[in-house]
Amino acid sequence: MGRYVLRFVAIGYVGALLLVPLGIVFKRAFADGFGPAWDAVTTPAALHAFWLTILIALIAVPANTVFGVLCALAIVRQRFRGHGLVNSAVDLPLALSPVVVGLALLLLYGREGWFGSWLFDHDIRVIFALPSMVLATIFVSLPFVVREVVPVLREIGDEQEQAASTLGASSWQQFWRITLPAIRWGVAYGVVLTTARCLGEFGAVSVVSGRIAGRTETMTTHVGERFEAFDLVGAYAASVVLALLAMSTLLLMTMFQPKEENAR
Amino acid sequence: MSTVATARPIARPRSGGGALSVGVATGYLSVIVLLPLAALAWRSLEGGWSTFWAAITDPQAVAALQVTLLLSLAIVAINAVVGTAIAWVLVRDSFRGKSLLNMVIDLPFALPTIVAGLTLLALYGPRGPLGVNVAYTRTAVLLALLFVTLPFVVRTVQPVLLELDRELEDAAASLGAGRTAVFRHVIFPNLFPAILSGVALAFARAVGEFGAVVLISGNIPFDTEVASVYIFGQIESDNVTGAAAVSVLLLAISFAALLGIGGIRRWATRHDG
Repeated sequence: MGRYVLRFVAIGYVGALLLVPLGIVFKRAFADGFGPAWDAVTTPAALHAFWLTILIALIAVPANTVFGVLCALAIVRQRFRGHGLVNSAVDLPLALSPVVVGLALLLLYGREGWFGSWLFDHDIRVIFALPSMVLATIFVSLPFVVREVVPVLREIGDEQEQAASTLGASSWQQFWRITLPAIRWGVAYGVVLTTARCLGEFGAVSVVSGRIAGRTETMTTHVGERFEAFDLVGAYAASVVLALLAMSTLLLMTMFQPKEENAR
Repeated sequence: MSTVATARPIARPRSGGGALSVGVATGYLSVIVLLPLAALAWRSLEGGWSTFWAAITDPQAVAALQVTLLLSLAIVAINAVVGTAIAWVLVRDSFRGKSLLNMVIDLPFALPTIVAGLTLLALYGPRGPLGVNVAYTRTAVLLALLFVTLPFVVRTVQPVLLELDRELEDAAASLGAGRTAVFRHVIFPNLFPAILSGVALAFARAVGEFGAVVLISGNIPFDTEVASVYIFGQIESDNVTGAAAVSVLLLAISFAALLGIGGIRRWATRHDG
């Protein structure tokens, strides 16, 4: 009896909070048929936002992947001054509001920021342009690869690498032949999480991008802008695109998920 | 702390690759994360302590912080109960569609927050099919925060529950313990540290959430305006120093929550047996 109550609570909660609302967004987006929805996501502004989002992800994800693997190696394998600081600083983006991230970047690269006047004198646009949006996205999606790779590295230890090293392998060979193959699923899972976060970033990008339609709008800020312009079909249709991306991410997450988290 | 340090499998002489990883890790983190935060802290204190104090005691800022904290505490309570229940169902129950339920739990991690807000607005907003309209109320903000924080407790409790030795429960039951007694004295103490880490993450997330809240809350000052929305408004109206001060306070709150819970967790694991 109690078992059925719990099951009902779990399914009901998830349904009422996630699934039913999402279903309604799909229904509303296609309320007038497929045509208007398609037109809404293929306007020049929507297409620009889509490709800009992809471009930002294409820069941020590889950057955070390389950093993530190296940082995990540093945290697990090295003793150095500032070890504790690095270990906690990696988690900082998880504790920060995206708006605060955007503001911090504004105060560094904006007109009144530390580097603002130098950048202005040299005619380099960071704020309200692609560089700040990339920086903001990198900031918020930074922890994921590190956090997924660290436990894997702890678990595999370094005996194999020591053996390879005594057999004369260079540290480069050790990394490509031994370490990377051993951590590849952790890296893959981290990359999926990073990509999801990059595609979905809203708050930090809102602050630094200026949200100029057709110039600095990403998919998420485009959804917000369409909603505020009372273009509900546009907002819902763009949301459907993002939701479909999220669902593909979910499928990938299920594939790459570390085994112990899979429910049996 | 010392036990943590000795548990780390390190102590290998630093090779060339090691120096590279340390250099990249510290350099990248400094440029991407620490430098902007230093600029933020600097700006918040630029006008001196009195300006900082004036900014964080501005009535509208105080109201926004109060709503944020109040709702985040509600999030903690609800997630602790429902999150544990969902984890329980995922591990101990079996029914058709369970693996789908398990997959869907991660949806809030994958779905952009702005879409989450819009999604809730579609069901619980004006012209929603249920005829319930909570848009632009605190209930709406609560729903948005529950949406984005759903996975945290489930995903921290689930692996612990999977590992839990069921023989202990059977033993307790055979010695005459009722179901409530088994849960209180056998299961709950084991889950407690995981629940704590889960709610700490949920709290930190709720305190700073922006995207999910911004459309559905209506951003009414002294009512539904949360801290991150307040900061955003201050940036838009060019009060950057005030925004920086409230940001620093917000950062301190969520960081304190994470550190504090970390401490309780360590204490709890040390005393569990």
